[in-house]
Amino acid sequence: MLKKQNDKSMIVAKGLRKVYGDFVAVDGIDFEVKQGEAFGLLGPNGAGKSTTMRMIASTSMRSGGELEILGKDPNKHGPEIRAHLGVVPQQDNLDRELKVWENLYIYGRYFGLSRKFMKNKIEELIEFAQLEEKRNSKTEDLSGGMKRRLTIARALVNEPDILMLDEPTTGLDPQARHVLWDRLFRLKEQGVTLVITTHYMDEAEQLCDRLVVMDKGRIMAEGSPAELIKQYSSKEVLEVRFGSSANNDAAKQIEGLGDRTEVLPDRILIYSENGEKILEQIVKLGLEPLTSLVRRSSLEDVFLRLTGRTLVD
Amino acid sequence: MDVELRTQRGMRYGAWYVAEYRIRNMTKWIAEIVTVSFGNPIIYLLAIGVGVGSLVDANTGGNGINGVSYITFLAPALLATAAIQAAMDETSFPTLEGFVWNKSFFGMNSTQLTGGQIVDGIMIAAFARAFLTAAAYLVVLLVFGAVTLASIPMLFLIASFAGLSFGALMLAATSFVKQDDGFFAIIARFVVAPMFLFSGTFYPLEQMPVFLQWIGWISPLWHSTNLSRSVSFGLEVPGWLMIVHVAFLAISLVAGVLIARRQFVSRLLK
Repeated sequence: MLKKQNDKSMIVAKGLRKVYGDFVAVDGIDFEVKQGEAFGLLGPNGAGKSTTMRMIASTSMRSGGELEILGKDPNKHGPEIRAHLGVVPQQDNLDRELKVWENLYIYGRYFGLSRKFMKNKIEELIEFAQLEEKRNSKTEDLSGGMKRRLTIARALVNEPDILMLDEPTTGLDPQARHVLWDRLFRLKEQGVTLVITTHYMDEAEQLCDRLVVMDKGRIMAEGSPAELIKQYSSKEVLEVRFGSSANNDAAKQIEGLGDRTEVLPDRILIYSENGEKILEQIVKLGLEPLTSLVRRSSLEDVFLRLTGRTLVD
Repeated sequence: MDVELRTQRGMRYGAWYVAEYRIRNMTKWIAEIVTVSFGNPIIYLLAIGVGVGSLVDANTGGNGINGVSYITFLAPALLATAAIQAAMDETSFPTLEGFVWNKSFFGMNSTQLTGGQIVDGIMIAAFARAFLTAAAYLVVLLVFGAVTLASIPMLFLIASFAGLSFGALMLAATSFVKQDDGFFAIIARFVVAPMFLFSGTFYPLEQMPVFLQWIGWISPLWHSTNLSRSVSFGLEVPGWLMIVHVAFLAISLVAGVLIARRQFVSRLLK
């Protein structure tokens, strides 16, 4: 049965704040997540994404503002809310001594699920996580990607209304990431509400219907990946390199050719509707870039525009 | 499965689910646990009970200590020590594991489990472990003829109670530890070892100089050993002191659990 996206609000945050001593981790943010949506929090390390996730997961008390998860206040009804959430933490916390199936079993028991119910559920989740052959292995023998899939399967044990993934593919190799994305995409198709944090723009573009760009505890922009790119960037980007010593001089000459220019330490980015055309103009100016690349704008460019910094540094 | 039903069930019986997990985890070490549970008493009883005991008995003209043979005098103390050690194994390292090494407590806390339920579950598991260890010990003690069959139920109870009391204190202390940093080595050398040696385990506490007797007074081991001796071979303990023994163990247990619950909740909900 497919749950279609509808207007039911799963998460509503208004002026949400979290303060640790003098440090403001989350500085008054507003957002709403509807049922069946895949919602992303994009930002660099330290932007306040994980703190926001912990508040939604009802394992961190907010310092100010309002937060409602599934119609309840997490500061008052933490355990009841958590009964309906699936949480995939940044760092896997599987039990290394226990076997793959036992990890699922135990986690289901925490939710008050009966042994009988778990019997079928375990096999279903092992299949979902593509771990049939590792069913009886200890989790310490699994690869990074397998552990991640098991952690996700474990988070689905209670058939959650909201699945929360904190940096789901950080530290995985490209192949393992793609396998994981495929699994998450299936969940999305089934109508599971997803909340994802990431500092990978490609991940956000692949998985998120809508996202907020966070920096220093604040929301800088909000929209679908395509909307954000359209609003904050141009269609194409030309990247040229002249070598670190020649970059700045070349940048002065290039300035004004496109809609906008960003000078990074190792390269120059020129934003425009047609990258090839700009490249021709640069060559006509008598400049000879060492390398050149025309690509479509991404969320990375949106972030650069909004904050003046790159996402992964 | 009905969502409301299981939510309610999870909230009510959470501590038992945590205990189920801990006990399942214990079964992974069952060979080690059984070996230690039976091996420890056999070694101690042979080396000290029989070995040292023969010297003591020979030099007391057959009167032994407190009017009984040395091995009978020693047995209740060893039993309590073993139960305490077992409960400690369940409350010390697994707690650091849960908070620091693999953060499994944070995983538990992402479900409807609360910090308080996790503490209660660990205590249930610690009790089970102390209980099983005491059972193995009592079998060996019976074989050595160091205890009577009739005294076994009460000895069982007191040993498990002692384990639980010390386990609770250990759990409370460990819940504040941020990283290993040799904490457990310090506990083993400066708390457990002196407690074992100076709590009237091998000789009556009154034989110690008064300035060292306080170690026994604040040690759950001495309180439970004295209780056990009165049960095992009728050591004369004044009524008021019996009350002090029970109260001391009960207060340690309650205080330890309350402090641990509080610290678990604040550490998990940062």
